[in-house]
Amino acid sequence: MRVTPRFSWLPTPYRSMLLLLVWLLLNQSIEVFHLFFGTILALIIPWISAKFRDPQPLIERPLLALRYILRVFGDIITANAQVAVLILGPQRRLNPAFVRMPLDLQHDLPITILASTVSMTPGTVSADVYPCHDTQPDGGEITQRWLLIHVLNLEDEAELIATIKDRYETPLKEIFQC
Amino acid sequence: MQNWMEWAVAFFLLLGGSFVLIGSIGLTRMPDFFMRLHGPTKATTLGMGGILLGSIFYFSLQQSLSVHELLITIFLLITAPISAHMLIKTALHHQLQAIERTRGERELKQGQQEGSPAQHHAMPDKNES
Repeated sequence: MRVTPRFSWLPTPYRSMLLLLVWLLLNQSIEVFHLFFGTILALIIPWISAKFRDPQPLIERPLLALRYILRVFGDIITANAQVAVLILGPQRRLNPAFVRMPLDLQHDLPITILASTVSMTPGTVSADVYPCHDTQPDGGEITQRWLLIHVLNLEDEAELIATIKDRYETPLKEIFQC
Repeated sequence: MQNWMEWAVAFFLLLGGSFVLIGSIGLTRMPDFFMRLHGPTKATTLGMGGILLGSIFYFSLQQSLSVHELLITIFLLITAPISAHMLIKTALHHQLQAIERTRGERELKQGQQEGSPAQHHAMPDKNES
């Protein structure tokens, strides 16, 4: 896992690219002027705001990250179809449940991404991550964190956890190398 | 505008509209707060995606290429899970009751105790006062 960026003048290369993309989309043009100004903004904004951020693991495998995004997009579509069926179907057959999942990830950024993904994908909403850093009584290191998930229709708890683990958590661990 | 493009625009608008409708139906139809959250977080994102795709097609053909809508989709995808998470966390903090057949109440209780011991200091027990 790498926390310090490769170049100090470019702390978050992928975020800079995203900023440039957003700027170009906002202006809806790829004229030289917009490219130039967008590049300046994309370089200056991360550089100024780098001091405000807690150090987080950096993306080590951009291609894997791209594949992860595409996979989540696909899952969002199936999630929608499934939830639509569950909503319109008879309610008595639904088995809502709270499930807690042990997290292998330890850093805030990957956990946030995992929790968001869980919320966007079939039938699950992430409810809580605990224990939380600032509620540790002695300020000690947390060895195991849990993700609390609400499931709309639970069929098999172990299977659900296994699916989330190898579909989302393992790729995230590889992307951030942690 | 060509005929088939009109069909595409209409298709995406209808698809998006029906998903948003289903999400809203879920919001009213589900029995408890936690289940209500599922509809708006999921169905609505794809619904908005469909409507925005329709909008991209329509305005790209009317005037010049229009891709503003992609930004809305990106920001919606980033913010929807966060707002859902904040809502459900608030519900847990207020110890909202889930319907009876919800399994895993034990985990829920543990989550409240381990996850936020600070709340016991912040809010004195109702029975004591």
